[in-house]
Amino acid sequence: MRTAAIIKRILRQLRRDKRSLALMIVAPLFILTLMRLVLDGDSYVPEIAVVDLPSPMVDALEEQEAEVHHMSEQEAHEELRNEELDAMITWDGSKSEVLLEGSDPTANGAVQQVLQQAMKEKTAQPAPEPELKFLHGSEELNLFDNTGPVLIGFFVFFFVFIVGGISFLRERTQGTLERLLSTPLKRWEIVLGYLGGFGFFTIIQSIIIAAFSIYVLNMYMSGAFWHVMLITFLLAVAALSLGTLLSAYANNEFQMMQFIPLVIVPQVFFSGIFNLETMEPWLRAIGKVMPLTYGGEALRDIMIRGKGFAVFSDEVYILIAFSILFIALNILALKRHRTL
Amino acid sequence: METVIELDYIAHSFGSESVIKAIDMTVDKGEIFGLLGPSGAGKTTLVKIIVGILKPSEGSASVLGTPMPSLEKMKNIGFMAQSDALYSELSGRENLDFFASIYGLSKSERKEKIQEVLEVVDLTSEIDKPVEKFSGGMKRRLSLAASILHQPEVLILDEPTVGIDPVLRQSIWKELKILKEKGTTIILTTHVMDEADKCDRLALIREGYIIAQGTPQSLKQGIGANTIEEAFLHYGSAVQ
Ligand SMILES: Nc1ncnc2c1ncn2[C@@H]1O[C@H](COP(=O)(O)OP(=O)(O)OP(=O)(O)O)[C@@H](O)[C@H]1O
Ligand SMILES: [Mg+2]
Repeated sequence: MRTAAIIKRILRQLRRDKRSLALMIVAPLFILTLMRLVLDGDSYVPEIAVVDLPSPMVDALEEQEAEVHHMSEQEAHEELRNEELDAMITWDGSKSEVLLEGSDPTANGAVQQVLQQAMKEKTAQPAPEPELKFLHGSEELNLFDNTGPVLIGFFVFFFVFIVGGISFLRERTQGTLERLLSTPLKRWEIVLGYLGGFGFFTIIQSIIIAAFSIYVLNMYMSGAFWHVMLITFLLAVAALSLGTLLSAYANNEFQMMQFIPLVIVPQVFFSGIFNLETMEPWLRAIGKVMPLTYGGEALRDIMIRGKGFAVFSDEVYILIAFSILFIALNILALKRHRTL
Repeated sequence: METVIELDYIAHSFGSESVIKAIDMTVDKGEIFGLLGPSGAGKTTLVKIIVGILKPSEGSASVLGTPMPSLEKMKNIGFMAQSDALYSELSGRENLDFFASIYGLSKSERKEKIQEVLEVVDLTSEIDKPVEKFSGGMKRRLSLAASILHQPEVLILDEPTVGIDPVLRQSIWKELKILKEKGTTIILTTHVMDEADKCDRLALIREGYIIAQGTPQSLKQGIGANTIEEAFLHYGSAVQ
């Protein structure tokens, strides 16, 4: 009941603060549109499995910028599905067939380039073009499609973190937090009220951002829309609970902004926008403690690979766990202001 | 006389800075009790302890027979903070509506109570403006209104009349007297001496100590002073 009063108040405040509303919705749309326009590919060493391929062709491949593995078709299929390989080349007696993992356009491009080079150098007369197949996605998948799902997650995370964190901070600096703590409100009711108020708003925000990306910017999408909504919502809740938690350690809005390079930017590196396979293992481990890593992975599973809930359920549970942890810490952090 | 507030040798420090030192006092039901002291004396800290926001480092504070902090007792306490704790984007009415719902008032109760307190603080005409467009005195009055919405048994006001003109100040004092007649116990802090004269009892606070307490009359008479100000200076120098 009292939580409902807080939710209502937050929604009212948000409605008055048109600029912050615009920041949370229009800014992501704007940046996504820019990204759509500027994103381009770069170089990458693909991992390719060869199955019963004639040795001259294997030799030709090995001379290229590629890691070539010999394995059985079954093994290769398995690794392809686990995203440990980028492509597998098979031989049916007369021509080769290429199966690409497909979800990463950088890798797709690299594989195709390696193939073309190998053909040109080693075969005197033009060999029959290998047949290309995709495990996920299609030839049309470009870098925007690949990073898009992560970007959706990132913008929801970023703007909810900032706006949520600052509203909670202002609650403290303008004295209303103390005023609230002089009432019989329990600490968890305040935290939950914030979650409810912003949570409601972030559902709308997520719908707009995801729908715009998919239907207006034509971002590649092969999964269920509501799955995308679920993940962006969970990311928003994690961002809000983290933002309000960290706002306890900032004395003003400017100090809140200082959390961006510390907390937000690193998450970008690990969220899947950059290829993680080229990273040191210890570095990759850092990504494991960041919500966006899981959000990004789940969004790619849904949008690019068209996977169902079973595949990204782990990420869902981890995101929920992050939120619960941050919320609990937040309720504890409020103890600084009232012991009860 | 029934004791409503009882401070039992409380002390409080922020880190190593000791702000409240061995304060022992009681306030009876229906009293208007003034805390008078210079800036930095510890008045705000003391009222926050009574309200239950701060837990004293030593000693205990109890309100209506229950040791503070107690969420149950907070329902019966109204608090007006020294700085106006209001949501500036919202209108005055929306602010009051929010605080009233926090105390669990139903929709019709809220409407009725809001109207009632607005008349007390004389804000009826401008209440639908956003608070950021309020003057300092208007915000002060709105804060006061917010603290009496739920008809608390104990009302704690931290410098309630700062920035309020003499006419309105008088009408607020009239209202405080009416609340007192209804049995509300009121504690207020001030450094306005003539206001101190209107309290039933006073505690003079300096550097975290109560240097004297009693009725304004007795404080003045005891040392043959004509004004509270004189009395304050007298007791203050006695400490040093
Ligand atoms: N949160 C805090 N952390 C550290 N020190 C504090 C804190 N709040 C108050 N103090 C210190 O405690 C002392 C008493 O402050 P308090 O606000 O209680 O004074 P006051 O009597 O209300 O003064 P004023 O009349 O100016 O409002 C001051 O020296 C102040 O610096
Ligand atoms: Mg004060």
